[in-house]
Amino acid sequence: MQVTPELLIQVLLIGITNGAIIALVALGYTLVYGIVELINFAHGDVFMLGTMLSLTMVTWVPSLMGLRGAWLMPTPLLMALVLGTLILAMVFCGLLNVAIERFAYRRLRNAPRLAPLITAIGVSFILVNVGLHWKGASPVNFPDLLPNVNLLAGVLGLNTTVTFTLKDLLVILITVPLIVGLQLFVQRTRLGKAMRATAQDREAAQIMGIDINLTIALTFLLGGALAGAAGLAFGLYNNIAWFFQGFRNGLYAFTAAVMGGIGNVTGAALGGFVIGLLAAFSDFFFDPRWTQAVVFAVLILILVFRPTGLLGEKQAERA
Amino acid sequence: MALLEATDLHTYYGHIHALKGISLHVEEGEIVTLIGANGAGKTTTLKSISGLLHPRRGTITLAGRRIDQMPPHEIVGLGIGQAPEGRRIFPRMTVQENLEMGAFARRDGSIKADMERVLTLFPRLKERTNQLGGTLSGGEQQMLAIGRALMARPRVLLLDEPSMGLAPMLVELIFRTIVEINQQGTTILLVEQNALMALNVARRGYVLETGTIVLHDTAANLQQNEMVQKAYLGIE
Ligand SMILES: Nc1ncnc2c1ncn2[C@@H]1O[C@H](COP(=O)(O)OP(=O)(O)O)[C@@H](O)[C@H]1O
Ligand SMILES: [Mg+2]
Repeated sequence: MQVTPELLIQVLLIGITNGAIIALVALGYTLVYGIVELINFAHGDVFMLGTMLSLTMVTWVPSLMGLRGAWLMPTPLLMALVLGTLILAMVFCGLLNVAIERFAYRRLRNAPRLAPLITAIGVSFILVNVGLHWKGASPVNFPDLLPNVNLLAGVLGLNTTVTFTLKDLLVILITVPLIVGLQLFVQRTRLGKAMRATAQDREAAQIMGIDINLTIALTFLLGGALAGAAGLAFGLYNNIAWFFQGFRNGLYAFTAAVMGGIGNVTGAALGGFVIGLLAAFSDFFFDPRWTQAVVFAVLILILVFRPTGLLGEKQAERA
Repeated sequence: MALLEATDLHTYYGHIHALKGISLHVEEGEIVTLIGANGAGKTTTLKSISGLLHPRRGTITLAGRRIDQMPPHEIVGLGIGQAPEGRRIFPRMTVQENLEMGAFARRDGSIKADMERVLTLFPRLKERTNQLGGTLSGGEQQMLAIGRALMARPRVLLLDEPSMGLAPMLVELIFRTIVEINQQGTTILLVEQNALMALNVARRGYVLETGTIVLHDTAANLQQNEMVQKAYLGIE
């Protein structure tokens, strides 16, 4: 394969867009781990259900209007549909995550760590089966919502073979503001500070007047909402919804969170982009069939040589 | 009516019966100390008051109001502040952020003024407002833990072994500051293994042994008590 600068840029764009989706999911792992020290194995499947719900919305609403597909809707209505689906997926996955914490994890909060971990795997099985019954065993097409317009050559008139479509832009517009917004929320707001305090010392947080049940629920709400947004973005970007998608993508996102130092919010976001780029480069220059192996080899290398993550030196103070 | 009153507290860790009928009271404006050997139940008593543990039997009232089954975050709001055993400051927050967390339960606008007050009380913290809590020395962490508790403007301040692990000069400084805080109007319940220092600053004291109160008297009388002298003051 001829490696041209244009190809490199193309792969870079794909990596960044996919990376943004992975980053959103990774944030959910890291937020939850930071506050309750649980690797929430069900998180990838919450994300999967976000894609499923989004798929239902973008096919069902046009059919109510008697249209064959969302792309036939007038632009303002289409925009409203995308926005509405985004909000619905975020609310649904956020509340689902809160319910999981409330009914499956909360009573195990002081149990040995293995108990909630195994519970999380059990919850994951339940959600996977919900997905299986909802949309069937085979991957389902997630329809294109926007016309296939290449912004670089078509709209900006650039003389390049690199494509960056309206759809790619939409995915970036959904993911990046949420990633940045979460950083600001955690650093700047009162509730964000309550989350950080609870993560650093739960008992001390309580005697500051922080309601830790509420704070932990809020953390699951945020993590779930980001997974919901990622679910929509994933469907839009890859044109696919599959009941088992949460497994692979969840592991990618988990790798990203570990790479950033699990519990570290900025680290998880950066880790998402790194994994996205790594996967894209492996797909193009190596072999897509090997990409999973490459990503998990990276996970193992990090766990062996740098278990606190590339940014995670602060973890050492945890004890 | 006492500002803080505990009656017949029984607190458990699972099957371990840690407090076996503790009763104590703290009047407005007092410094009261709770002394006793390691494992006597001092920390358990404070945690029962602040709501981190709930007694299975007995009552706790703050200004007449039952608080023994309330969650800790509500108890803070009613006016009980705590500098816990081992300081427990937030390691990855700055000194300033730690102090701000202390005022978390408050919604009024005078937090800045209280921050000034705390930094005047502990000038060593003032030079370090942007340093991470985890990088402070033990003494500085203790100052921060007390300062953080004061940020809630508590009516009663619970201090759990503030002198633990500190050099003698710092112990002096901490105890002088405790007196100063009390003179500024905060009621204090002070848990200490350093009975000598604690009885010097307190008005009254309780002696705790294996979950029960074995002695209760004025600090002056306890200093003269033969049993206290032998067991806690190292006087033969
Ligand atoms: N988390 C715990 N689990 C079980 N037992 C505990 C726990 N914490 C304290 N205890 C027991 O309760 C008793 C009182 O402990 P504590 O209140 O910490 O004593 P002190 O503060 O006076 O040193 C001790 O016998 C101690 O072993
Ligand atoms: Mg103790």
